[in-house]
Amino acid sequence: MKKRLRRTMMYVPGNNPNMLAEAHIYGADSLMFDLEDSISLSEKDSARLLVYNAIKSIDYGETEIVVRINGLDTPFGRNDIKAMVRAGADVIRLPKTETAKDVLDVEEIIEEVERNSSRPIGSTKMMAAIESPLGVINAVEIAKASSRLIGIAIGAEDFVTNMKTKRSPEGIELLYARSQILIAARAAGICALDTVYSDVNNEEGFRKEVKLIKQLGFDGKSIINPRQIAPVHEIYAPTEKEIEHSKRVIRAIKEAEEKGLGVVSLKGKMVDKPIVERAERILELARACGMEKEGE
Amino acid sequence: MKNSIGREIPEKIVGYDKFKCYCSPFIKEPVGRKASPKLRQVKPGDKKVVNSLEEAIKKAGLKDGMTISFHHHFRNGDYIINMVMDKIAEMGIKDITIAPSSLTTVHETLVEHVKSGVISGIYTSGVRGKLAEEISKGIMEKPIIIRSHGGRARAIEAGEIHIDVAFLGVPSCDEYGNASGKGAKTICGSLGYAKVDAKYADTVVLITDDLVCYPNFPASISQTDVDYVVVVDSIGDPNGIASGATRYTKNPKELLIAKYASKVIVNSGYFKEGFSFQTGSGGSSLAVTRFLKEIMKDRGIKAKFALGGITKPMVELYEEGLIEHLFDTQTFDLVSCESIFQNPNHHEIDASMYANPHNKGSFVNKLDVVILSALEIDTSFNVNVITGSDGVIRGASGGHSDTAAGSKMSIIVAPLIRGRIPTVVDNVNTVVTPGETVDVLVTDRGIAINPKRKDLMENLKNKGLPIVTIEELRDMALKIAGKPKPIEYTDKVVGVVEYRDGSIIDVIRQIK
Amino acid sequence: MEIIRTGMAGTMESSDINVVIEKQEAKGIKIYLNSSVEKQFGDQIRKVILETLEDLKVTNVVVRAVDRGALDCTIRARVQSAVMRAANKENELDWEVL
Repeated sequence: MKKRLRRTMMYVPGNNPNMLAEAHIYGADSLMFDLEDSISLSEKDSARLLVYNAIKSIDYGETEIVVRINGLDTPFGRNDIKAMVRAGADVIRLPKTETAKDVLDVEEIIEEVERNSSRPIGSTKMMAAIESPLGVINAVEIAKASSRLIGIAIGAEDFVTNMKTKRSPEGIELLYARSQILIAARAAGICALDTVYSDVNNEEGFRKEVKLIKQLGFDGKSIINPRQIAPVHEIYAPTEKEIEHSKRVIRAIKEAEEKGLGVVSLKGKMVDKPIVERAERILELARACGMEKEGE
Repeated sequence: MKNSIGREIPEKIVGYDKFKCYCSPFIKEPVGRKASPKLRQVKPGDKKVVNSLEEAIKKAGLKDGMTISFHHHFRNGDYIINMVMDKIAEMGIKDITIAPSSLTTVHETLVEHVKSGVISGIYTSGVRGKLAEEISKGIMEKPIIIRSHGGRARAIEAGEIHIDVAFLGVPSCDEYGNASGKGAKTICGSLGYAKVDAKYADTVVLITDDLVCYPNFPASISQTDVDYVVVVDSIGDPNGIASGATRYTKNPKELLIAKYASKVIVNSGYFKEGFSFQTGSGGSSLAVTRFLKEIMKDRGIKAKFALGGITKPMVELYEEGLIEHLFDTQTFDLVSCESIFQNPNHHEIDASMYANPHNKGSFVNKLDVVILSALEIDTSFNVNVITGSDGVIRGASGGHSDTAAGSKMSIIVAPLIRGRIPTVVDNVNTVVTPGETVDVLVTDRGIAINPKRKDLMENLKNKGLPIVTIEELRDMALKIAGKPKPIEYTDKVVGVVEYRDGSIIDVIRQIK
Repeated sequence: MEIIRTGMAGTMESSDINVVIEKQEAKGIKIYLNSSVEKQFGDQIRKVILETLEDLKVTNVVVRAVDRGALDCTIRARVQSAVMRAANKENELDWEVL
């Protein structure tokens, strides 16, 4: 299976027909239709139906469709899952995940709906947002809770409030949580996604934060406006040098395989598995950025 | 009969005599000589300033059946057209043909003068609002004639529009008729459209609210062409004439289209030292100018000139040394209005210099790249900018067909769908610009290149642009929006759309 | 589906449709539509409204709709929401019929 890039996951309020119909044209890797915080209590039912019908009828092409549901501790969570699994959402995103059980509870309902509908069992993926100190502490077991999980994300707004602080441009208050979530994601072999940056007009601050989380190792960032897509993809784009080097690594591997050699070296340096993986990821990014053509 | 692009043109159109169907962009050769205004002597000591508009109308000898002209430099802030028509109606004059360079929504009250028979003919670039709706419903006996800016200048010079009296509002003017686009109360910048009228009308009446000391120089309209000067309280609403701040769009769809369009320009082969371009005043167009600025700075590329309606982003490029000359027929915002009076290479040009196909070389012929809009575009790249998807007149021809024909590359920017209405269709309701002069269509969901531009296809491939065929765009729109029901028309022609050379490219029929 | 009260869903924003469902004593479905794209899509919008009501087994109602260029999927969603609200069932959905 082709590995999916998740550099950008764009929030789309579930009650906005215009955005639901067009959000995918801006080129975010994933769209996250929101049924939770952006929807008032009195519109939960109509947003659910709007998103349900949109996913069923609109051709989103290659874009991954994630739906953020309401928690199971609300009267809406169960219906959200029922609707979104049937609609064909790629990923169900749990809000405010604190324990592995939170994940398993949702998984159970997903599986039940899959069994009662035409969807293959296991085809609905999951993602967990960690937004509290307890969630951060349990990050490793959350990340490993289900084979449906494709990633975990940090939601910073609630977290910093719980921590009795607020967000700063440098993000020092998030360092521990971000690191913990990254390590948990990597240990489980799934994606790690960073939180939103809500000042859409501050492009400089946004770029700084994206550079930081890329350096930390995040796969990508949750975003709230199409204008934030280009900067993230730009920062995540590999350099020409990196691409050239990666191509050479892959070529060396192929040649070695053809010759039946076990050990591969490039310019006198041994090429081992991590180097190959890195090269593959760089070429994948390059393709996504339009820097390299498919199959080249 | 059908013209060369397959539009059904009736054999006879009531109220429209001279007749030639559109064939191809440059095939029609002009014959004869330029028209000329009546000779008249103003002697030393003669006074041009008259006491009232009524007196000016009387002195100009306006009679039933005559043709009068106006300009649209005051856009939605214009008081002149309504003021003059109200006075003419009050004086009991009837059967007037008006030939403004264009009409905006502020002129929709003219509908009353059409109903009462004061106005019996309209030649214009565009019409909007209630007047446009009523015309589409068949309120007029004679069809209106839609001309491009270049086409209007051509028709005046060729004598096809004979202006008996031109009523031209001017922000400032002296007692002898030297007029400028800058006055104490209002500022409109270039008077490029009005300049043509002043040169060719039999009688020229200037209307101002800022009478200044003689001589008012430099002047856009010269004393040698002016018969009378009328002073009124107010010629227009400054806020409607030139918007204070040209706001950069934050609309993500417009920005996306602009990003694609800029990429098309940069990779087209025309983006090099000394290139020239025109961008309009729409959201996407303004954003293209802004994106180009960054790329020009990065690559150290400068433009020789920018043309057309001048806007703040263009002035910024000029002031940063990225554009050498601005050639301005129409000045859109306050920043540009200030610029034309300050910056030495921000030049005022008249509509004939701008776009007339039948003079000895207009500026559009020297244009590399133009960005244009569209209400509809069909799979042969024919563009409609005059009627809405409901068949009702609601736009303007402007310089659309002029710049498309003159430039080396014309780019249409438009969203694929507007409020469920597809922009790319099998047949547009009305053709203003023929597809053979349109090179690229940029939408939010894909870019189509006119198949006859193999060179552009080659230059633009593998550049990370979503290039598809125009048929694919049409199908995409259909799949998303569904198939709209075709508009039903009667046989009555309510508008004739002239191509810039004077041939009929299409007609607008009465809606059912 | 039994209509108990008046149900409304949707907004007057562009690309949306505001739908009001009212019970009526007379037999049948009556649709009052005001649309920005009436000429081009009026028939299609009425068709989608009717089909959605049929799927939900709703009869004898008046539908008042103000459309601002909504796509079919949005029209369906808004009719469904308005019906569910009118039936006091907004949170007990029967996914088999939707």
